[in-house]
This record gives sequence, C-alpha cells and structure tokens, in this order.
Amino acid sequence: MINEYGIIGIFLLGGIAFTLVCLVLSWLLSPHKRSVVKESTYECGLETSGVTWVQFKIQYFLYALVFVAFDVETVFLFPWAVAFNCLGMFAFAEMLVFVVILVLGLWYMWKEGALEWN
Amino acid sequence: MTKFLLETMANFAITGFFADLIVVLVYFVLLLLFIIINVMLVVWVERRVCAFYQERLGPNRVGPFGILQSVVDAVKLISKEIIYPKNVDKWVYFLAPIICFISALLLYTVLPFGKGLVLVKLNVGLLFFVAFSSTTTISILMAGWGSNNKYSLLGGMRTVAQMISYEIPLLLSMFGVIMLAGSLNLQDIVNAQEHRWFINLQPLAFIIFIIASIAELNRAPFDLPEAEQELVAGYHTEYSGMQFAFFYLAEYANLFSLSILCTTIFLGGYLGPFFPSWIWFTVKVYGVILLYMWIRWTLPRIRMDKMMKLNWKFLIPLSLLNIVGTGVAIKAWPYIQQLVR
Repeated sequence: MINEYGIIGIFLLGGIAFTLVCLVLSWLLSPHKRSVVKESTYECGLETSGVTWVQFKIQYFLYALVFVAFDVETVFLFPWAVAFNCLGMFAFAEMLVFVVILVLGLWYMWKEGALEWN
Repeated sequence: MTKFLLETMANFAITGFFADLIVVLVYFVLLLLFIIINVMLVVWVERRVCAFYQERLGPNRVGPFGILQSVVDAVKLISKEIIYPKNVDKWVYFLAPIICFISALLLYTVLPFGKGLVLVKLNVGLLFFVAFSSTTTISILMAGWGSNNKYSLLGGMRTVAQMISYEIPLLLSMFGVIMLAGSLNLQDIVNAQEHRWFINLQPLAFIIFIIASIAELNRAPFDLPEAEQELVAGYHTEYSGMQFAFFYLAEYANLFSLSILCTTIFLGGYLGPFFPSWIWFTVKVYGVILLYMWIRWTLPRIRMDKMMKLNWKFLIPLSLLNIVGTGVAIKAWPYIQQLVR
C-alpha cells in the first residue's frame, strides 16, 4: 500500500498535471492575437504612470509580524488541545500561563497602537 | 470500491505498486469531477440566490432554470485568450493560479464526505487542512505582485493582510472542538458528535468560525480585496481565460471545502438518523453554503480599519477566552456532575 502522505503526493502531482493540461488545452483552443494595447497594464484605460513595485505601507508588515507570533502559538496549542483529556490540572495551568503571556503581548501591541489602521 | 478495482486489475495481472497507483489515480479523477461539478452547482446557486435577493431572475436560459449556465461559462473561459501583459513577472504570474488551485484541491483529500468516505485517513487531518488553506495566501500575494498592476498589488496586499489576520480566530475557534474530541482526525471528530453536535457545546466558537471563514473566503461583508468600486477585480485584475478560471474555481472550491469543514467540526458531519450518511452530508453542507450566501447578499461591505479592529480587538480575545472557558468547563464537568447527584 502507498502510505497516506504518498497518496497526497500523488494528488499534488495530479493537480499539477491537471492544471497544465487545462492550460495547454486552452492554449490550443484560444486565439493568439498580440497587440501593444492588449499587452499594456490595465489602469482604467489610461497609460500607467510611475512604478508599481514601490515600498509598501509598513502597517501590512506589522500585521504580518503579529500574525507570525500568533501562528506559532497556535502550533504549540495543537498538541495540548489534542491531549487535553489525558493531561492533568498542571498542564492546564501551564497553558493558562502561556495564554496569559500571549494576551499580555496582544495588550502591549494594542497599547502601542500597532493594531490601528491609518 | 478499492477492493473491486484491485480485484479487476488482478485479473489483468496488475498487482502491487502499480495497482495501488491506478486506484489512487481513479480516486483523483473522481475527486476532481466531484469538485468541478459541485463548484459549477454552487456558482449557479450563488447567482440564483443573488438574483433572488436583488429581485432579478438570474441565469435562466441555458438548461432547466439555467442550471447549465456555469458549464457554458467554463467552455467560454477555456476558449479565451490568455493575455500576458508585457510588464508582468512571467514566472510568478504563471504559477500563481496553479498554486491557488492546487492548494484548494488538496484540502479535499482529508475531508470526510460520508461514513468511511474519506480519501486519506490522516491523523493530523485538521492541521493539514489549516496548513494547506493558508497556502492560498501565498498564491494571492504572487498574483498581486506578479501582475505589476497597481490594483492587483493593492488587492493582493489587502487580501493577505485580511487572510492572515482572520486565520488566527479561525484556528483558535477550532481548539474548543479539538479539546472536546481529543483528536485532529476529522472522522474521529465527527464520531465524537454521535450524541451531541459540537455547535451545542461551542456556540461562540461556531459564530467566530463563521465570521472568520467569511473573511477567509473574501466574501461580503469582508470583500475588501475585491471591492469592485475601488480595485476593479483585486488581485486577479490582469488575469484572463483559463488562468482566471483557476482563481474562480479555487475561490468556490474553498467556499465548498470550508462549508464541509464547518459541517464536520460543528454540525455533526455526515451523522444523522434514517437517511444514508451522504444525504445528511449534502443537506448540511448546502445549508451552510446558503447561510454564507444569505450573509453575503444582505450585508454591506465594512471599512478596512473597522474590519481589522473587529478581528484583533474583538474576535481574537473572544476566541482565546473561549479556549480557556472550554478548558475550565471540561475540567469542572465531573465535579459539577457529582454536586448535582
């Protein structure tokens, strides 16, 4: 038997194959008429001005940083939640401490205004 | 069915690894058909529901009640030219829709569709689902960045900010269920709801899950990434033809898979009396989808800062509280029972 992750791997390869087949099929069926106007960047019918790839608003990166902290925390919470019924009060108290530290972090960000969107 | 296939192939002297491989490929094709047919159905339902709320007729020409409209649309999209604007980052632009579709497709491998009807009995099923649903974010960032278009970039950035923010309450709302079921295997979670659906024990988590999943799916009232009035079409502004179709397909495939997850972890999955499990499954999943559509077509869009505020200052503290509350309740439950006796 192929193991579970092997099956998922085959599905992954199958997905890649399916998308490529669809794109090739579409390429065979569709017209190919190139023109300068068609290949220009869409901006409501006007010529684009300036560069698109500029330095972006810092707010997005702040959110991303906060997200990483919280996401890592959820990874720690997963095994705890699964084994919750087998664990004693000690583990529960430990996790409470962990959650409280996290809430403190959230509170700090709140206070510092990192969660404000201007 | 696996057994039948293996026996048939054994008659043709195909055994061992290749037989297994062929079985998996058969399942892959079935799954693909399942997804595509359901997505087409959901798109049609969405358009009809939308028309109903706006007092229009909606698509009603092709086939009975216009049910074949989505098929016709798919044929149209596949025969349209794929345009590569000259300023795009070619590889990033090319890969984005493919990654988006594949991550939507792989979610279905761990979801239980009925009693014993699950493709991969993964013991970390829920974690797998969560992990792969967040790869969509990467593809959207790629699409937004690779298009080299200001609308796309803005839309892409907004989507990423929104999706990563709302992923946290989405994850945290699942923990109550995991603690009650004591497993990440989605089938075990369904079986743990034999006597009582988890929506009864976790009503708060259910509401948080619904709100966060609407934001995850970029649907109104959280459809800022695709706010037509300001961003044209958001991250897929430049895409056309089949590449656009992949984004569209993935969007509705994600809607469908999140509805399945919602049914699985809160509404008892495929469990139900009298009828076969797959009928209950279909009824519940389409019920959840109609709930999403009801919300989408009745509520107006909310502002970006208010959306972020709702998430970080309301949903996340609330879902953390829900975890702690669930923990206390589970630990206190035996004592309460003793007291009552």
